[in-house]
Amino acid sequence: MKLAWVLGAFVALLVLLAVGLRLNPREVPSPLIGKPAPAFELPLLAAPDKIFSQKDMLGRVWVLNVWASWCAPCLVEHPQITRLAAGAVPVVGLNYKDAREDAMPWLARNGNPFVASVYDGAGRIALDYGVYGVPETYVIDRQGVIRYKRIGPVTPEILKEKIEPLLKELNG
Amino acid sequence: MARFLLVFFCGLAVAQEDPALEKRVRDLSSELRCLVCQNQTLADSNAPLAVDLRNQVREQLKSGKSERDVVAFLVARYGDFVLYRPPLQANTVLLWLGPFILLAFGLFLLFLRIRRKVLAPELSDADRARAARLLE
Repeated sequence: MKLAWVLGAFVALLVLLAVGLRLNPREVPSPLIGKPAPAFELPLLAAPDKIFSQKDMLGRVWVLNVWASWCAPCLVEHPQITRLAAGAVPVVGLNYKDAREDAMPWLARNGNPFVASVYDGAGRIALDYGVYGVPETYVIDRQGVIRYKRIGPVTPEILKEKIEPLLKELNG
Repeated sequence: MARFLLVFFCGLAVAQEDPALEKRVRDLSSELRCLVCQNQTLADSNAPLAVDLRNQVREQLKSGKSERDVVAFLVARYGDFVLYRPPLQANTVLLWLGPFILLAFGLFLLFLRIRRKVLAPELSDADRARAARLLE
């Protein structure tokens, strides 16, 4: 009887650990899912005198990708972003706390998948988007509501299992 | 000399920059989590994001917003996770009450055990006689 108790407690602890240790403590659920994408009016990376706003994308399903030339994981996810942009979905880049003279060559070197890149040198707008680990990727629907957020690089699995099905659903 | 004076006055300017505000910034940011290095407070961390967020806190407090406004601003962007003291709500009930439930359970077990001991049958006369024989 006593043995059964001890065994039961042990198994319960094992289950708790098995579940708990698999969770990723860095995955902070974003409170922005289901909320309108925060408003911005930012200059374009390539043309500082041109202003781009999230309103310009209303009526379309689009993806916002926060990146920087100093961010190594951004380079890792770049093929996925390029693949995403090659599909029917427009991807807007938000260049985060970067210098134009670093960011432009980065795009020239690695390819520019973005329909537009906005420049957020002070990281002020990124703060409104709750950015804390570049790269971050947002899927925004026709009404301008954030439907999905990925913190960290988009892997081929995430692209295939999460983002592409969601885009298909939103565009369908 | 001129350089020394410049350094001196710059130091003075920083020191004079509203110590009350700086204290509020420090107090508030030590209640907030730095999202980059998650086990540090915003006050302790020197990650670039923490510096940005501290500046944001300072800016907002300076413009007359209350501590509560600033916390609401950050929670709207980063979620309850930025708070070192999670709020008591449906999904945190277990977190807040769990320890008390465990304590109550432990006290209950202790109570059962003690009662069993107390209620244990007293020695019968025969037992006493046997004990006395053995002790002789």
